[in-house]
Amino acid sequence: MSSVSERARGFATGPRDKWIAPAVIVLGLLYPWYVEALQALPLIGDFIPSTESMVVMVAFTMMALGLNIVVGYAGLLDLGYVAFYAVGAYTAGWFASQQFDQVTFSFLSSVPDDQPGIHITMWLVLLVAGFLTLFAGILIGLPTLRLRGDYLAIVTLGFGEIVPQVVRNGDNFFGFDLTHGTFGIAPIDAAGFPVLASFTSLPKNFQTSPNRAMWFYLGAFALLLITVFCTVRLRDSRLGRAWIAIREDETAAAAMGVPLMRTKTWSYAIGAFFGGVAGAYYASFRGGAFPADFYFQFSVFLLCMVILGGMGSVWGVIAGAMILGYLDREGLATIGSKIQDAGLEFDPTKYQFGIYGIIIVAMMLIRPAGLIPERRHRIELEEGVHDTPFYDVQLEGTLTDRDRTDD
Amino acid sequence: MPEDDLVVATKVRKEFGGLVATDDVDFTIPRGAIVSLIGPNGAGKTTFFNQLTGVYKPTSGSILFDGTEVSYLPPHTITKLGIGRTFQNIRLFQQMSAMENVLVGMNCRLHSGILGAIFRFPKVKREEEEAREKARELLVYCGLPRRHHERSGSLPHGDQRRLEVARALATEPKLLLLDEPTAGMNPQETAEFTAFVSKVRDEKGVTVLLIEHDMKVVMGVSERITVLEYGAKIAEGTPAEIRADERVIEAYLGHGVGQG
Repeated sequence: MSSVSERARGFATGPRDKWIAPAVIVLGLLYPWYVEALQALPLIGDFIPSTESMVVMVAFTMMALGLNIVVGYAGLLDLGYVAFYAVGAYTAGWFASQQFDQVTFSFLSSVPDDQPGIHITMWLVLLVAGFLTLFAGILIGLPTLRLRGDYLAIVTLGFGEIVPQVVRNGDNFFGFDLTHGTFGIAPIDAAGFPVLASFTSLPKNFQTSPNRAMWFYLGAFALLLITVFCTVRLRDSRLGRAWIAIREDETAAAAMGVPLMRTKTWSYAIGAFFGGVAGAYYASFRGGAFPADFYFQFSVFLLCMVILGGMGSVWGVIAGAMILGYLDREGLATIGSKIQDAGLEFDPTKYQFGIYGIIIVAMMLIRPAGLIPERRHRIELEEGVHDTPFYDVQLEGTLTDRDRTDD
Repeated sequence: MPEDDLVVATKVRKEFGGLVATDDVDFTIPRGAIVSLIGPNGAGKTTFFNQLTGVYKPTSGSILFDGTEVSYLPPHTITKLGIGRTFQNIRLFQQMSAMENVLVGMNCRLHSGILGAIFRFPKVKREEEEAREKARELLVYCGLPRRHHERSGSLPHGDQRRLEVARALATEPKLLLLDEPTAGMNPQETAEFTAFVSKVRDEKGVTVLLIEHDMKVVMGVSERITVLEYGAKIAEGTPAEIRADERVIEAYLGHGVGQG
């Protein structure tokens, strides 16, 4: 027993961990209710993000968590993740807007039934978007995942460019307007509770609700919780172990019976799934899907979140995504206005990617494993109590010798 | 010992450009035996291993494992058929714990999928618990009674070798391939390990193919020895026969004593 707790200190921070997750969840959930109080605070008040910004930050976090499955768990460098965001956003556009006005179809939608186009409730569209993106992930993955390392990165980069180009020029897809070209698809229906709204006080449509930001935030937060739950469960499963084994040593993993192609493709597909759901939700919040959003920098931006937070670490990626998401939405602008108030002519928003670059370089120098590095061992240690009977079995001498060789 | 052969390799040839790494090697491994593959450095031993495990595809020739042609199958399928291996230069999953390394070895014997992982159905939970229990037993069996939850990369060298064997055994192999398992071990560890190999064969009914440079180990543990030089088989027989074989002596001693 004692040896377990002794060794536990090395990895886990102890009982503290037990209440961190619930506390973060409660604080996160209640954010819209105390944000104004925080913003009223002196000094730090200006730096508190609005609920509106939080919606975007949470959506980015979901995407980063999806990317983390590919990059962090399976160790496959994906430079074209933005493609999945695009597929998700355009799925929302297809199934919840007036894009296909040739038909009039409505299913539990937050918009009136007589509007032309397909209007399916956003909650179902999110699922459809997830699965379509998952399918896109498999399609892109099958030919590319045979490649290793740098070569894979280059090909994913290619796909990250192809998808936005298709989207931009998809207004005449064999004579069919699929994507509405450079204008994008707008407006996209908002999420809402059209059925429940008739007998509860829940809003029929988030976009037109007086508490618009709050409702979108709560929806995003719920999706984020599901994402975190799934990523953590997957990480600790047979599949998750296979991913990490591939990341650690592909040849050894194959020799231990891990089917490389299938396992990698699943990481790609599941990573894509969350990117698609987040993309669709974000499109619903923005009210549109625009080709200008799907630029290469966004893939890099998401990758920075993963690297900053700690590849493979769920908590780390959340932290990294929230920090960079905040800087992108508000932080840099706020800092910029503070600097200008002080009389200096400097606008950090103009240099945002330079600033992210500096952050990454600094991280690599100071804390290469990320803000909150991956800890593969904590779960194991919590269960480690089972080991106890075996400890006294072996020779005392050898054990102490071995303990000393600890890194 | 049963008479039939677990592995029948016929005219296995591997060329890397102009280099012939294994030159039409014929090789059989009787079921339940401990067979060693020896030869000077660069003789093609590891290349032969890699063809047996599917890492390389032979240029020509056939490898029958337990009646199945395996020379064109991918590594994970071959592992599932029952070939487990260790690596010459230890290739553990360093960031994973010892326990997890063994669990990865069990990967092809477990069945849970994605939905099972997310929803943790009772069936999946039970499978996972059983796997962990089995992994624990296997680690203890292989001489790793503790530190199951430490990063495997931080284990001492000897323990890492043991862990590689545990991981290979977790794939439930019929044939266990050990690539220079005692490299870097001290004499006492080597002796323990040699005894362990015999024990695994006797208790688990696993056939063992060993690549080894330490002649003490080879002569002590193997029932049959095959000698390769420049990719070609130059001798095959019992330890006593090999010790007396002139071509072997020449291959090992002819180019200068002690330099393999």
